[in-house]
Amino acid sequence: MHLLPVGHNAVLVEVASPAEAVSLATWARDRSLAVDVVPGARTVLLDGVVDADGVAGVLATWRPSAVEPGPLVEIPVTYDGPDLEDVASRWGCDVDGVVARHLATEFTAAFCGFSPGFAYLAGLDVEVPRLDTPRTRVPAGSVALADRWCGVYPTATPGGWRVIGRTQARLWDARREPPALLAPGTRVRFVAG
Amino acid sequence: MSLEVVAVGPSVLVQDRGRPGWAHLGVPRSGALDGPAAALANRLVGNAPDDACLEVLLGGLALTSDEGVWVAVTGARCALEVDGRPAGFGEAARLTPGSVLRLGRPETGLRSYLAVAGGIAVDPVLGSRSTDTLGRVGPPAVAVGDRLPMGRPAGPPAAVDTPRPPATGPLRVTPGPRADRVAGDALDLLCRTTYAVSPDSDRVGLRLVGDALPLAVRDELPSEGMVLGAVQVPPDGRPVVFLADHPTTGGYPVVAVVDERDLWQCAQLRPGEPVGFTRSR
Repeated sequence: MHLLPVGHNAVLVEVASPAEAVSLATWARDRSLAVDVVPGARTVLLDGVVDADGVAGVLATWRPSAVEPGPLVEIPVTYDGPDLEDVASRWGCDVDGVVARHLATEFTAAFCGFSPGFAYLAGLDVEVPRLDTPRTRVPAGSVALADRWCGVYPTATPGGWRVIGRTQARLWDARREPPALLAPGTRVRFVAG
Repeated sequence: MSLEVVAVGPSVLVQDRGRPGWAHLGVPRSGALDGPAAALANRLVGNAPDDACLEVLLGGLALTSDEGVWVAVTGARCALEVDGRPAGFGEAARLTPGSVLRLGRPETGLRSYLAVAGGIAVDPVLGSRSTDTLGRVGPPAVAVGDRLPMGRPAGPPAAVDTPRPPATGPLRVTPGPRADRVAGDALDLLCRTTYAVSPDSDRVGLRLVGDALPLAVRDELPSEGMVLGAVQVPPDGRPVVFLADHPTTGGYPVVAVVDERDLWQCAQLRPGEPVGFTRSR
């Protein structure tokens, strides 16, 4: 664990993995260490730190340990995305192989960003490069891959990830509690539907 | 009790102090870009600091009220008219039912703030009435024909000592978490350069043109959380100061952080105006 200062009332904590980031973020949130506790891929940002002088001492007591598994969410997917065959050729398999691999993977929401409710889902052990030219509009519910991440677009936005399918699940609803279907730490299984 | 919008300029948005606490779900904090100006407008009409007002970019707003109400306009100084007669800027004024308040175009600055006694009472979303222009959380932009509900005034406005506007100057910065990504001393280089505001600046970020900061490492970082005031350096080396609607995570290095006390200046700088930085003490 390594602390980096970010202005007068925030600190960025570097950790070893996305799983540690989720674990530390949950721990820091339970202790109300900051107004915003934002996990990243290898970091946790504590923004609006309540006790700027004492936070380093409190963080030093955190130990990476087996994380309580988060809640499991199942997301039904229709696999008919425009980039499905492209991903298959990159992985050296057929379309059914891509679907089987996606269905067999248990993902974990590592962090959010890009747009409200967009979770970066970790779990893939193969990579997919982003599109050279992002699409100007990716429909809401698109299930897509980039690098080793999987993501589901909560709203129609521009996007450069490779789309393999679509879901009717509502990823984001500001008037629902909780508003995001996939908060950091949530486990995700995709099911054919 | 409502305001009817008769005309709008380039942008009119409902803003309060924003919705901190949701960044982990990808929700920007949003909120008035010139916080001190919005707070003063609220104070002038007897509102609480959390009440919502209108953020008016480059004037052009005209509206009328169905009830008598106290109003005040602060921020970028602009001409005010009530039914064609001049009205005072930076002070409480009484708007009678049916009369029309018009905001002219400011000669300096960008954003004026209109507060009404009782506040703009559109439904809050995640604890705030602010419009977030990046994630589209909160009410839509204010448009001609809108009827904006008003809250109940707490009472007549008290006499308020109107403070002098805060002084302008170079933006005070502290080192950011990725200052070491710049070849050389990031803060020295930043503070020695005079930048100009780029026309593509918005509520997401103040984009700067000028000498590029040399990056020692050009690879993107694994995405990490971003703070208000972060000075982010994309591969082209031209710094962007993150403002209220900034993305919550990003992969470009943050080499400095602008002091919160100076962020209001970023709300009022026009495209082409010079911007400098200085070390925060």
